[in-house]
Amino acid sequence: MGDLSDLYQEVILDHNRRPRNFRVLEQASHHAEGFNPLCGDRLNLFLAIDGDVIADVAFQGSGCAISKASASLMTDAVKGQTVGAAQSLFARFHQMVTTPPDRAVEDLGKLSVFAGVREFPVRVKCASLAWHTLKAALERNEKASTE
Amino acid sequence: MTSVVAAGFDVAQVRADFPLLRRQARGRPLVYLDNAATTQKPQVVIDSITRYYTEINANVHRGVHELSEVATEAYEGARVKVRVFFNARETREIVFTRNATESINLVAHAYGRQHVQKDDEVVISAMEHHSNIVPWQLLCERQGARLRVAPIDDRGELMLDAFEALLGPRTKLVAITHMSNALGTITPAAEIVRIAHAHGIPVLLDGSQAAYHMPVDVQALDCDFYAATGHKLYGPTGIGVLYGKASVLTDLPPFLGGGDMIASVTFEKSTWNVLPYKFEAGTPDIAGAIGLGAALDYITSVGLENAARHEQDLLAYGTEALTAIPGIRMIGTAAHKASILSFVMDGVHPHDIGTIVDREGVAIRTGHHCAQPVMDRFGVPATARASLAMYNTRDDVDALVRALGRVREVFA
Repeated sequence: MGDLSDLYQEVILDHNRRPRNFRVLEQASHHAEGFNPLCGDRLNLFLAIDGDVIADVAFQGSGCAISKASASLMTDAVKGQTVGAAQSLFARFHQMVTTPPDRAVEDLGKLSVFAGVREFPVRVKCASLAWHTLKAALERNEKASTE
Repeated sequence: MTSVVAAGFDVAQVRADFPLLRRQARGRPLVYLDNAATTQKPQVVIDSITRYYTEINANVHRGVHELSEVATEAYEGARVKVRVFFNARETREIVFTRNATESINLVAHAYGRQHVQKDDEVVISAMEHHSNIVPWQLLCERQGARLRVAPIDDRGELMLDAFEALLGPRTKLVAITHMSNALGTITPAAEIVRIAHAHGIPVLLDGSQAAYHMPVDVQALDCDFYAATGHKLYGPTGIGVLYGKASVLTDLPPFLGGGDMIASVTFEKSTWNVLPYKFEAGTPDIAGAIGLGAALDYITSVGLENAARHEQDLLAYGTEALTAIPGIRMIGTAAHKASILSFVMDGVHPHDIGTIVDREGVAIRTGHHCAQPVMDRFGVPATARASLAMYNTRDDVDALVRALGRVREVFA
């Protein structure tokens, strides 16, 4: 059984308390709204893409500590990255949180704090909501859902 | 603190009747506070289902053989128990369904198709479960009718004057909960029926939550339809009940078509069976009905009034304990309520509360409770909800309070 401290790591609690890039991006070139129908979590993600680079990224919304911290850490991780690199990171993050807990996963730096959700299956969607929303925004879909 | 024991009600004895309560959760004794979602089952219910499949399984209303007769007798016997439990006048007024949702859909289809036409209106309240919203939305969409919503106040009580103001010549049905699953509010059902009937409008009451917390007398309420579900009445899943006044049900077209609901079938035309069989197409959940009958016998043997007194004592105890925790706000503070402790905690999302208390062995529900409009009304995305049943104790409430202390530690 996973320990609570695996889920609620200090980094996650910190980003929940003080989410980074938590604002509306007026000059957004891409936007998507993410929704987790199970719990009602909502997330608006804004991207300013310049050429092939994510020049700026921000989000707003309401959700649990896991979904808020995940969105916050994601915005930090993809800011300044190319669109291709962000898409690759989506795939690697998705791989990490959906790998069974007894198997090794790739080290994704700060994002590795979310490996702990694997012990809490119902919370995996909380961690992935922001990433699904990113993927939707990059593909110019206005809506993303965890379902 | 001294424990208040309702006369003739021994919670330790009641707990001993529910085998599941002896299990552990997350390595600790289970504290089950998610009764509004479903209740646990006493051993007599489990035994009755086992006995049915072990000794008398056969299809009902068909065979001339002995087994079929015995099975039919048991199934129809359960219907009589339901009639007595809800004090319906006639046994044919009791229709078995899958759950309260199906009971409501049955009325939305059978009654709705016949009586709700273009520009007509159906009135619900702002505290309905999705199961008493969506069937009416679908009906209104099909018929070109309108759904009107009676408001609730900040305590979660129905605003009766505003409700009455919505009623008019276009109103063809009122469908309102008898007790809110998200707030615990017990609605003034008899008063609602009286007001609606004064305007000539029939009333459906959604009794999913009310039926296991208080005695329900459909004749005293004078409602036209009453929907309930077995799995919250300490019975099995998959069996529900629709009570309908015989005078109303008789003239309605069927809901589902198939075997058992017909009198005769030719390729040109079929005619319908009598009540209640007209509304029971196909082989029913025979074991479920028998299990529900056993559950109602059990509730009656404990005494629903005794259980309700015990639950009210716990609700008061729990409300006081939760309100005393800094940063907790109760959602749903109606003067007349039962069982439900719905709350939010400053700075902590309900989902995080749910995960952390679960690790302490405490099972509560978190989320919108299939009542998203209620969440919107109170300006919260979700709540944490502890819901009580007859077998809960002050120890259970204390365990919840301790677990909430753990939530504070994690989110310090």
